Amino acid sequence: MDEMEKVVLDYVRDEYLEDEDEEIDVNTPLISGGIVDSFSMVSLKRFLENKYEISIPDEKATPEAFDTVEKICALVKEFK
Amino acid sequence: MAFNDKQRAYYQDQLKGIQDAGIFKQERFIHSTQSADIEVEFPEGSSLKKVINMCANNYLGLSSHPEVIKAAHQGLDQRGYGMSSVRFICGTQDIHKQLEKKVSEFLGTEDTILFPSCMDANAGVFEAVLSEEDVMISDRLVHASIIDGIRLCSAMHDTFKHSNMDHLESKLQLHADKRMKMVITDGVFSMDGDTAKLDEMVALCERYDAMLLVDDSHATGFIGKTGRGTHEKYGVLGRIDIITTTFGKALGGASGGCVSGRAELVEMCRQKARPYLFSNTIAPVVVSGVLRVMGILSESTERRDKLEANAAYWRKGLTEAGFILKEGDTPIVPIMLFNAKLSQDFSKDLYEDGIFAIGFFFPVVPKGQARIRTQISAGHERKHLDRALDAFIKVGKKFDILGKTKQEVIEMYGM
Repeated sequence: MDEMEKVVLDYVRDEYLEDEDEEIDVNTPLISGGIVDSFSMVSLKRFLENKYEISIPDEKATPEAFDTVEKICALVKEFK
Repeated sequence: MAFNDKQRAYYQDQLKGIQDAGIFKQERFIHSTQSADIEVEFPEGSSLKKVINMCANNYLGLSSHPEVIKAAHQGLDQRGYGMSSVRFICGTQDIHKQLEKKVSEFLGTEDTILFPSCMDANAGVFEAVLSEEDVMISDRLVHASIIDGIRLCSAMHDTFKHSNMDHLESKLQLHADKRMKMVITDGVFSMDGDTAKLDEMVALCERYDAMLLVDDSHATGFIGKTGRGTHEKYGVLGRIDIITTTFGKALGGASGGCVSGRAELVEMCRQKARPYLFSNTIAPVVVSGVLRVMGILSESTERRDKLEANAAYWRKGLTEAGFILKEGDTPIVPIMLFNAKLSQDFSKDLYEDGIFAIGFFFPVVPKGQARIRTQISAGHERKHLDRALDAFIKVGKKFDILGKTKQEVIEMYGM
């Protein structure tokens, strides 16, 4: 796991998990798995844009592209 | 015929799915007025059963109050049955304006606009005052009607963890660049009976230039020393930008709701809120009844004081009996059972014993948090509460959950 994956994973864990015992990793489906709803994607996108000083176009911020931490980091690197 | 066998089979299958999931809602037919003692036909076709109602939103016991009924009769006689119009064409009577003024005085706000329901108020308010450049930041446990209103608005939407002020502050910082920021919460959360920390929320909103909207449907009329609502309880009268509330609960329980707050925001609703513009005006009979309710509340705090004492008595009795309750000090008192089936079985046994209280489970509440939600009323006398407590203890003993910890109950019945 690289540094960015760790940062994003920590953010997702802190932001969305209500149950502290719930385990997630970089490949856990977040949106299709019901952990992050489409409303809450907004804050995740804004967090990434602020943290990495990038702008992710809305058409690229699809539920598929945000479905796992690994995919999210790949998307961020595309615009970094 | 458009509704062919294939279409019918599809919907039958959908309904079966709801039944199989155990979330099919069955209505109970009440053959009396709404009050502490009611007569119920359930299941359909069965003989009437006299039960004590422990699950109505009739917090102040005004739903069948003689003065309210009399005022409604007078309204019917003097202003008619219906207006056959939306407000802005020919549906505004003098009494609609009187009620808007009375509500503003009672809540301590600048202006008020009536809606057919608080569901409609919440459906219309966000779209009327916010747009793409703005952000809405809501508590994760707000009422379904707020979620629907948020969905209808083009502003960005984000959430904060329930009652978590640090998380709310981080969201206000995250969205600092937005033109308008609106923080959104329930005053009293209907499933848990806890209250929003409005003093802290007001301070945060003032620090970050955000507006604050509070849905006080489960508070108006009885929370706070004179029943103004959650903003009175937390000492922030006059500092909430928008309050939405209902006349369908404590304030007579018929129907109707409102948006009350800053004059400009209320006027924006009058000009732009679609459920206001495209739905009928509130019937004169209801307006007349609510006007009398507002009079009763302004004359005395007797009813909200009795409600507060009743709720404390009920909570104390259940706690001493060994039930696990959600902490709080509102008339919403949830008895935690954790397991969905247990909540249904418990409710069924209570009903057999003459107590009407409903079990709630996922998806209405989170998984593993099934409960019986009781709602106390100023219409309850001590004899009702004592009788209900006896029944709860009897059923609690049957299921052997009295004095047990959460872990022990879960070990016995599962999540």
